[in-house]
Amino acid sequence: MNALLDSVGYTDWVLHALIWLPVLGIGLIFWAGEERAKKVAFWWSAAVFVLSLGLWWAFDPASGTMQMETTSPWIPQWGINYSLGIDGISLFMVMLTTFSTSIAILGSFNYIKAKERAFYALMLLLEAAVIGVFVTTDVFLFYVFFELTLVPMYFIVGIWGGERRIYAAIKFFLYTAFGSLLMLVGILFLFWKAKNFMGMPTFAYEDLLLVPLSGTEQLWLFSAFALAFSVKVPVFPLHTWLPDAHVEAPTPGSVILAAVLLKMGTYGFLRFLLPFFPLASQHPTVVTTMLVLAVIGILYTAWVAAVQPDAKKLVAYTSVAHMGFVVLGVFALNMNGLQGGLVVMISHGISTGALFLLLGMLYERRHTRQIADFGGIARVAPWFATAFMITALASIGLPGTSGFVGEFLALMGAFESHPMIAFFATLGVIFAAYYMLPMLQTVFFNKLETDENREVEDLNGREIAILSPLCALMIIIGCNPTPILERMEPSVRIVLERIEEAEASASVLNVIDIASPAQAEEVAQPEVRNQGSLSGLVDGEG
Amino acid sequence: MVQGSSGAATEAGHFEPFLPGLIVLMPLLGFIANGYLSLRHARVSADAVRRGSEFDLGDASSRPSTHTLPTWIGPGVMAGAFLITLVNFSRMLGVHLEEAVVVHYWTWIATGTFSVEAALQLDQLSIIMMMVITGVGTLIHVFSVGYMKDDPGYPRYFAYLNLFVFFMLVLVMGSSYALMFVGWEGVGLCSYLLIGYWFSDREKADAGKKAFIVNRIGDVGFLVAMFLLFKNFGSVDFISIFQGADALTYGGELVTAITLFFFIGAIGKSAQIPLYVWLPDAMAGPTPVSALIHAATMVTAGVYLVARSSVLFALAPFSSAIVAGLGVLTALFAATIALKQNDIKKVLAYSTVSQLGYMFLGVGVGAYAAGVFHLMTHAFFKALLFLGSGAVIHSMHEAYHATHSHEDAQDMRNMGGLHRPMRTTCITMWVATLAIAGIWPFAGFFSKDEIIWYAGAWAGAEGAPYPELYTVYWILALVAALLTAFYMTRMMVMTFHGKNRTGEKEQEHLHEAPPVMWVPLTVLALLSIFGGWINVPEALSAGWAGLGGLLPMSEWLHHWLEPITAQAHHVQEVNLGKYSYYAPFGGGEALWAAISTILAGSVVFLTLQVVSRQKISAVKDDVTELSGFTKVLFNKYYVDEFYDRVIVQPILRMSRFCWKVIDAGIIDGAVNAVGWGSKGAGWLVSMFQTGSINTYAFILTVGVLFVLGASLF
Repeated sequence: MNALLDSVGYTDWVLHALIWLPVLGIGLIFWAGEERAKKVAFWWSAAVFVLSLGLWWAFDPASGTMQMETTSPWIPQWGINYSLGIDGISLFMVMLTTFSTSIAILGSFNYIKAKERAFYALMLLLEAAVIGVFVTTDVFLFYVFFELTLVPMYFIVGIWGGERRIYAAIKFFLYTAFGSLLMLVGILFLFWKAKNFMGMPTFAYEDLLLVPLSGTEQLWLFSAFALAFSVKVPVFPLHTWLPDAHVEAPTPGSVILAAVLLKMGTYGFLRFLLPFFPLASQHPTVVTTMLVLAVIGILYTAWVAAVQPDAKKLVAYTSVAHMGFVVLGVFALNMNGLQGGLVVMISHGISTGALFLLLGMLYERRHTRQIADFGGIARVAPWFATAFMITALASIGLPGTSGFVGEFLALMGAFESHPMIAFFATLGVIFAAYYMLPMLQTVFFNKLETDENREVEDLNGREIAILSPLCALMIIIGCNPTPILERMEPSVRIVLERIEEAEASASVLNVIDIASPAQAEEVAQPEVRNQGSLSGLVDGEG
Repeated sequence: MVQGSSGAATEAGHFEPFLPGLIVLMPLLGFIANGYLSLRHARVSADAVRRGSEFDLGDASSRPSTHTLPTWIGPGVMAGAFLITLVNFSRMLGVHLEEAVVVHYWTWIATGTFSVEAALQLDQLSIIMMMVITGVGTLIHVFSVGYMKDDPGYPRYFAYLNLFVFFMLVLVMGSSYALMFVGWEGVGLCSYLLIGYWFSDREKADAGKKAFIVNRIGDVGFLVAMFLLFKNFGSVDFISIFQGADALTYGGELVTAITLFFFIGAIGKSAQIPLYVWLPDAMAGPTPVSALIHAATMVTAGVYLVARSSVLFALAPFSSAIVAGLGVLTALFAATIALKQNDIKKVLAYSTVSQLGYMFLGVGVGAYAAGVFHLMTHAFFKALLFLGSGAVIHSMHEAYHATHSHEDAQDMRNMGGLHRPMRTTCITMWVATLAIAGIWPFAGFFSKDEIIWYAGAWAGAEGAPYPELYTVYWILALVAALLTAFYMTRMMVMTFHGKNRTGEKEQEHLHEAPPVMWVPLTVLALLSIFGGWINVPEALSAGWAGLGGLLPMSEWLHHWLEPITAQAHHVQEVNLGKYSYYAPFGGGEALWAAISTILAGSVVFLTLQVVSRQKISAVKDDVTELSGFTKVLFNKYYVDEFYDRVIVQPILRMSRFCWKVIDAGIIDGAVNAVGWGSKGAGWLVSMFQTGSINTYAFILTVGVLFVLGASLF
């Protein structure tokens, strides 16, 4: 496989292609016309997915640093470059994006009945933007892509959404745009510091890592970045945009939203928060706050989910609970936690994406999402019920499915560092059953009573084609996650090493208490400089 | 599959495992095959349902392949797994295996700091469990062919049943707590699926859901215990943990916490106080399922867990006292409920809860082999009782079906006198009843007696903690044993003896079960008679109970399990000294064995006299008003009602509060308030522009200006 990839110079152009091919696809869709739009969009996105599969082999699992890096100047006077790269953290996010996009497009054939060209064009634009977020190594470019994702999503919800789509779209937009504004300020501050420090303007990720920051600065910047990412994740109590957006969004919108857009938040945690602000990230107050918010997210949203009459809203709330496990894992600040968090991200993308697809299929048949309207569906749609059952079990983390691996590792990691908090998070295991099983029962089991329910059709060929790879992935990842874990491990190690270096040098200088600015200001400066160069060394090794 | 054994070769002999992977794989393949047939059939039956009719299975001769193949696949894979297990067992018999043999397949999970293998462990304990699971499992699969053949969901039934056996085997064969947990939750899933097998019935679906959720409460305990182990040992593998266990302080906080959390898991899975409530409801499933999952195998997983972790529990005397205490309390408590139940399966369900309590008493007093021994004999006689009740229900059901009556086929008030039409079933069930009642020389006598004896021996042991407590345990265990003899005899009398109350017309349709059902009953009856002889206590084997040494297998199981329990017994001996050879009120083991079997026998005899003379009316004629304590017992101490009011409803109310007040009210209210404010601001902006997308452009412009500004510095 590698020989084949090398012969076409795969690693030189694949990252560009993954961003620009979807954009090219937009033109193709408009050229193909309204009738053929969906077919073109699907095959095009499937081709992009197949192309991205090569990353699995081309990626060097032994190295944790950026691979397949390319850089070309974009706005040189401000140090902005069009530079791309991929590491063990972004690899799976990219593959998840290309996979979910093609699945979501295939899943919208029946759902989207108006302005198809525009819809599929926006889907591809969204794909390009999200991949951009995951592969760029220029912080300014990251911000551009990060914000660019809002535009297609805004229109997808606002045009093809449900009754309250306008409210949901605006809420989604304002919420997230507001969060990222503060991050922009943070990025510009970093840029300004970097310019002073390096003597030249730069937005390069590697350069900004070297910028010496005092403890106080780290805390402020951490807050700005954390706010932007936390809205995206979303972390309790910044989550209320998500249920509305999910309920109003058309099925493919929900799928992409759950599968990849939320991941941009936790990806931001791993890519920027932890490496840029290692001292703030491990400040006890910060860690405790984030972990407690994660636990509240896990338990509270599980409770709220359990009493939702609307199935889609229920699943939307469970998303918050799942992302709580990611945050929990990330702020465990150890291998198990971080790797577990990453696996939850992948697993949640697959299982929640599948749940939204299934609910969409149910909606197409019954034109309702109210759980109480259903009953006994398993009798008329047994394949449907089977797929739903597998997905629901993966979602609640049954061992042998992908959901278990991630949650188990994240909880274990959290237990290593904060046993009490992790204990409460573990209770989420009970409440996952508490929200999922009643829904499963009311919809698929119990008596088949109404004629509408009696007429529900079972899965058709296209739907089986959508669901079988998803279900297969849930089980394969559940039984053998090691190939994934070993690819992400070196990159996660680098993030953790950065945190440990910062802690080590900070404790030598006794400045752990970065909360008191005066003291921290004096000493943090030289020490963090030191830490910056250390991580430069680490990066250089790979 | 890469097979590599670690520590397999011992001086005493070499144990070469024979295809252990295939033992696990066969039921899985059975699941896949039956699952495929089930999905194929489900499409056909769904079409019928959609047309407004029901799928008609037709008569037995012209069934589609989806309903003929499972008959061979389901029991077939089980028989295959049993045979391979048997080969392994016989090989292990020939060598003295000091260390467990671990067969690696692949690395399941590996992060930078944690790794766990997909590996199977073969040792004396797991092989006994495998023998019980595949052996009793095969019999129950065969019985199911007769019991379920007319059910439209026949292939689905076997798919679930095979999947259950797969997970159960993973549970006992996994070489680490993590893998055990895979089986642990997997059997819970299958239990859920099989309890709610007739899912169109809301009550049955509810029962499945309840089982799953209550089990998950226990699973949290298991998870936390595992996290504690990892935090302190850096591993969750059995071998490395037990090797490192020597470093733990005897009675220390850590080991106490670990064992207590594990025990929470065991409480959930093995239906002990306070989490036993799911098991009686689980009787909603098909009766062979109750026999396999809710009597013989899955519910004993908690006992297996404690026996497997014997070292840890031996190091934690406090936890062990809790295990034994909750066990004996459950044994007594459930036995009292069983006294007044009229549903034949409910009696057996509470009886199971009670017997599981005995097993925990056994492993709680450090008699790990005795606990496993009772686990094994209980698997024989309780599976027999459930299958026998299944045969009865089957017959009753067909009788009522033939006359289009809607009477309850499971209520013993509608039975009586069934020994005439169902002779074999009656005899085999009497064997099981005598076994569970602890009558010599049936299997239950040896196993139960050993547990009770050890509880008493603990009370008088030198250096044992809480001696008074163990005296109480011993007395309670004796009382519960007498109650067991009573409620079981009552059940037998109500079902098989006296006048028949099924109804005049129905009576003619009552019939003995077909051979495919009564043959497994007979095999289990033989096991219920002779199964106990493999572990005749030393003190008894030479005397009357061992027929003066005629039963030669003196404490065979005890010695067999020694490599597993040796480390725990060493801990006990070092820290506590030895068991007392006398019961709390004097008298040796043989004397008390005689006393208890005479007492139990008298109870059986008296109950026969008393209950036979009672006037019992069929359900439709029954006008008995219950009052006082009888009513409390009949209503199971109102525990379900109590839980509903104190736990379930408050959680629901809190959930609604979180949603309506906190989420929709406070958080979203605040957001919307900010939103209205920003809408005002947005309106200012939209004086020049239209719509929010332009706001975005505006934001970007401001951003660019920032950049420009910054670059000027």
